[in-house]
Amino acid sequence: MKHLWFHLMPYTDLPDDFREKHPSVWVDIDSKLFDPQRAHHMYNDFMDEMEYAADVGFDAICCNEHHSNGYGMMPSPNLIATALARRANPNTMICVMGNSLALYDPPMRVAEEFAMIDCISGGRLIAGFPVGTPMDTCYAYGRNPSELRERYHEAHDLVLRAWTEPETFSFNGRFTQQRYVNIWPRPVQKPNPPIWIPGGGSVETWQWCAEMDYVYSYLSYFGYKAGRQTMHGFWNEMDSLGKDRNPYRAAFLQFVGVAETEKEAYELYREPAEYFYGRCLHVDPRYLAAPGYVTEGTQRAGLESQLARTAQDTRAAMAVDKSAREFDAILENGYVIIGTPDQVAERLREVARDLNVGHLMLLLQFGNMSKDLVNYNSRLYAEQVIPQLADLWEGWEDHWWPNPMPLADRATPNTGIAAE
Amino acid sequence: MSEPSVQFVDLNGEPCRVWRKGAGPALVFFPGHGGMPKWIPFLDELAGNFEIIVPSLPGFPGSGGLHALDQHMDWVLAARDMIDGTGIGANALIAGSGPGASLAAEIAALWPDTIARLAMIAPWGLFDEADPTTDPWSAKAPDLGALMCADPTRWEDFRAAPDGANSVEWPIEQTRALEASARIFWPLGDTRLDRRLGRIKCPTLFIRGDADRIIPASYGDKFRNRISGDVTIENIPGAGHLAELDCPTETARIIAGFMS
Repeated sequence: MKHLWFHLMPYTDLPDDFREKHPSVWVDIDSKLFDPQRAHHMYNDFMDEMEYAADVGFDAICCNEHHSNGYGMMPSPNLIATALARRANPNTMICVMGNSLALYDPPMRVAEEFAMIDCISGGRLIAGFPVGTPMDTCYAYGRNPSELRERYHEAHDLVLRAWTEPETFSFNGRFTQQRYVNIWPRPVQKPNPPIWIPGGGSVETWQWCAEMDYVYSYLSYFGYKAGRQTMHGFWNEMDSLGKDRNPYRAAFLQFVGVAETEKEAYELYREPAEYFYGRCLHVDPRYLAAPGYVTEGTQRAGLESQLARTAQDTRAAMAVDKSAREFDAILENGYVIIGTPDQVAERLREVARDLNVGHLMLLLQFGNMSKDLVNYNSRLYAEQVIPQLADLWEGWEDHWWPNPMPLADRATPNTGIAAE
Repeated sequence: MSEPSVQFVDLNGEPCRVWRKGAGPALVFFPGHGGMPKWIPFLDELAGNFEIIVPSLPGFPGSGGLHALDQHMDWVLAARDMIDGTGIGANALIAGSGPGASLAAEIAALWPDTIARLAMIAPWGLFDEADPTTDPWSAKAPDLGALMCADPTRWEDFRAAPDGANSVEWPIEQTRALEASARIFWPLGDTRLDRRLGRIKCPTLFIRGDADRIIPASYGDKFRNRISGDVTIENIPGAGHLAELDCPTETARIIAGFMS
């Protein structure tokens, strides 16, 4: 089992009346709420938290890309990843989850920057390639929703060729034309860093991951109960495609809060959870559905399942509510798992087995948690939860994990800490 | 209201629907945002004086091949090819609404000698930062009707599945039509049409509902000031962006008067 520590980097000072006074946390969030001097402290706290997570023993630290977003202050995750590549524990992998390929023009930029991170980190990069949400890509970045997936797939092909073709080549794509493609530097990992695909529940993405042998990462904020249908759908599709059930084909995101006692966990994580689900997920619905963003195959599957549900009310009643904002409902619906280390380990064992997931992506920072609380959560998890899950997935090999340079062959960055 | 006759024009190997009805001079009408999922009274009114011809471009209801078209030139040529495919000769009368009006204007600009008269209802194609158009693709589904029509129920009725329609494929077709407009005009609706408007020589009609929430009133003058031919501006009281849905009789009367 791999435990990956994930940071969204949420702005932690959204006001109490954010929901009432502001229409959206995303796209047209009120810029007057942003205090750059507070953000200076937030960014540095966040990176401290990630470095701490690396030190206490997480397998990887993860960042991702959002734009015009009050709960995700990383328009460029590559900047964060580069800083971590220098300062974070060298035994920890760097997961950039990821670069929204269709937003980069030319997409060769992604091949270049990921190659830089792979070189700087000594081959520790996991390269995530999300399509990106409609809020990020279509509204904040102005990409045409009707072309987004076509651009994404073309950009993917260009990046892969840029990493792997030994000679300068010309690329005559539908959206990108380049006479000379010859990136410099090239990635340390050969033929290329492991590629993980964050996705929703579309069958096309599952099939593509299987075809390309990429990790499918289901990054939902609604926890394991809501994720069951998607992950079971993924594995059923793998079965039908003749792929094995190696749990390392999949990654799954889960919010977790650990404390010494159940009561303490409830008290510590209530406010940050309600901050996240109340303020951070307050997205104006008008930005959720750019026409053409959802493929017709996925639309068709959704409409057919709606019709089926209407005919079978019991299934509709079983669907997990995704609108909970009060802590008890958040816990009841499984968005967040809290408890003592033993309780959390037991629950995560059930989740990992049920979803058949070898890569757990953990949000141990959420909402407006303080650095002390984040580090407390990370330490308890690393010291008392990870060991309890060490036996999970013994016998399965993770073919999708970075293959870094031997530690002895790597540079020792001068972080300034040693001189103190 | 009887149904029109249907023919299909092949574009890039995909059949694209053309509706025709009525007798008289041929008048082409390129539909607005959402395309033309149903035959509407506005078209019937025009069919009383003209042979009204309604092409449905790729991705709009009745026509495939949306994802074969990328560049704006691809779309302009598709619109031109559909006119040619219907056998319209020289001195064509062309009209359109919203995105369709913009493509009709492109045809009049690129082939000015083949177009006798041009009528545009709330045309897209321009964007002024100081007086911006409204984003037609970021409304919640329940709010879209009020953005498109002064009377939202007209939009809702227009797009509601008729009896016997496939309950899965009908809504997908309606979403695809909105995607088709996006594919041509995302994100601002500005196709740099302003650079070509000066090539339009024919008499031109600009129609706008005075309750249009998409295209500001100032855009009438923006078109009139750039087009070389004479431009008549008509406001339709009580009509929204899709004046042909809100006020079919009045809109058809103005177009018919101009074209005659």
